[in-house]
Amino acid sequence: MRKIKTIILIVFVWIGFGLMGCQAHADDQQAKVTLNGSTSMEKLMNALREGIQEEYPELQMEPQFTGSSSGIEAVFNQTTDIGNSSRALKETEKEKGIVENIIAIDAIAIITDKNNLVSNLTQEQLIQIYQGKIRNWKEVGGQNMPIVVIGREAGSGTRTAFEELLHIENQCQYANEYNETGPVMAKVGSIPGAIGYVSLDVIDKSVKMLTIDGVEPSINSIRDGQYLLQRPFVMATYGPIEKQRKEVQAVFRYIESENGQKIIKSVGLISPQ
Amino acid sequence: MDKSMVSILSNRQTKSMVEKVAAIILTACAIVSVIAVISITVYMFISGTPALFQVGITDILFSSVWTPTAEVPSYGILYVILTSIIGVFFAICIAVPIGILTAINLAEIAKPKIRGVVKSAIELLAGIPSVVYGLLGILIINPFMYQLELIIFKDSSTHQFTGGSNLISAILVLAIMILPTLINITETALQTVPDHYRKSSLALGASQMQTIFKVVLPAAKNGIMSAIVLGVGRAIGEAMAILLVAGNSVNLPLPFSSVRFLTTAIVSEMSYASGTHRDVLFTIGLVLFVFIICMNLILTFILKGGKDDG
Repeated sequence: MRKIKTIILIVFVWIGFGLMGCQAHADDQQAKVTLNGSTSMEKLMNALREGIQEEYPELQMEPQFTGSSSGIEAVFNQTTDIGNSSRALKETEKEKGIVENIIAIDAIAIITDKNNLVSNLTQEQLIQIYQGKIRNWKEVGGQNMPIVVIGREAGSGTRTAFEELLHIENQCQYANEYNETGPVMAKVGSIPGAIGYVSLDVIDKSVKMLTIDGVEPSINSIRDGQYLLQRPFVMATYGPIEKQRKEVQAVFRYIESENGQKIIKSVGLISPQ
Repeated sequence: MDKSMVSILSNRQTKSMVEKVAAIILTACAIVSVIAVISITVYMFISGTPALFQVGITDILFSSVWTPTAEVPSYGILYVILTSIIGVFFAICIAVPIGILTAINLAEIAKPKIRGVVKSAIELLAGIPSVVYGLLGILIINPFMYQLELIIFKDSSTHQFTGGSNLISAILVLAIMILPTLINITETALQTVPDHYRKSSLALGASQMQTIFKVVLPAAKNGIMSAIVLGVGRAIGEAMAILLVAGNSVNLPLPFSSVRFLTTAIVSEMSYASGTHRDVLFTIGLVLFVFIICMNLILTFILKGGKDDG
């Protein structure tokens, strides 16, 4: 009886140690690159980290997500190698010696259902629709049909970007909020009079994409900065890339390589070149 | 070979060892669920209470402004709590009459053939994943609600159109989802009513309907009550189907408004929340947890009351 108890106990303890062992992987030999900044860039960073791990097994990326401004702050204080920012750097930040390396562009498309007669909105109209001041499509030149305003949940990167770009943070009157792109696309496609925003790469034939101020979102209009709803993804460094540690340089080299560009495309971003 | 097997099994020492090992395994399995309950309770309180004190209990529970990502964030979940209570209440109001009458039909009236068909339909209904209910809600209930919304609010300049994702859609989906629970438990309760109750009633000259509503139903009262409480528990904890049909904006729960329930409040913002925002989501979880514990306490109370009676 006692023996059995002992055996069971040993088995449990053994399993316990086994589980603990899984976490205690100390690999100090690896070269580390620390990154800090934008939460919107989390998806891109995690994809890049996995990609780099495959190509340079000895190189370890350690991203943290605390927000664009605190990332840039951390680069300036040199507590991190790379500061991620999902907005362009301010002049004051550039004057401090921080270099803006734009690695990708995030663009947002405005979509409606296919039968909507409106095909262009001005920035002002878009703002007023999302603030709930314009409530019917006839006010912007469409049919007499109420507008159903659809958006993403608080904290979502797309929502943050959309509201920041139009300067309407927390002023939006959403009729529907969804926590993924899929439901936004499905709802906009199926409700007559719905409007929504999604990342540019997921657009398909089930919805109609609007032009903003007459500019159609396309790779060209985004790269030359004409299209309004876009923001750069910046990996800021203190001083130019050539003066960084060789591990940091390797990260940028990887991003510019074919595989790195593939990763940028795979997470729905547009390459700046 | 056979002989040796028999001799091992019949050895008294081995036999008692097998017994004891079995007993230990059974106890260990029983302990697993106890540990799970205790750790969940402790964990919910540990992770749910900090935000209550950080933000302030009244600012969370009795404020109606939910802007977790603003410069000066506000974490009021009053509307969310109200939505859960009102949504579940009306879902129960719709589902209970249908559920109880179906159960009566099954237990008292239906012929075995019909009973078999209805019973298997209900079991199928119970087995359908909640996401499928949500999809059906999107395809059938939401477009219908939108048509209704367009007619009712035709001349309204203040109504925000939701495309049919509203409180009523959520209530309808919830009502259908809790039907199987209600029917199954009520039916079992009706079947446990002793047959001599019915026979005595009929012998006294009561009709079948009089017997059912005046004798059988009151006798099964406790069972039916626990069916309702379990239905409430299921409805209040449902997330996936509601997420797809309710619209998920934080609004006062009016019939044609887009609303957010306690469950969907957690699900929809968990993935990107951080800091206090995340803590408050845990607090919402705690509120939900307390709701469900209350439901279970009421249930135990009812069941215990039943034993005292009989």
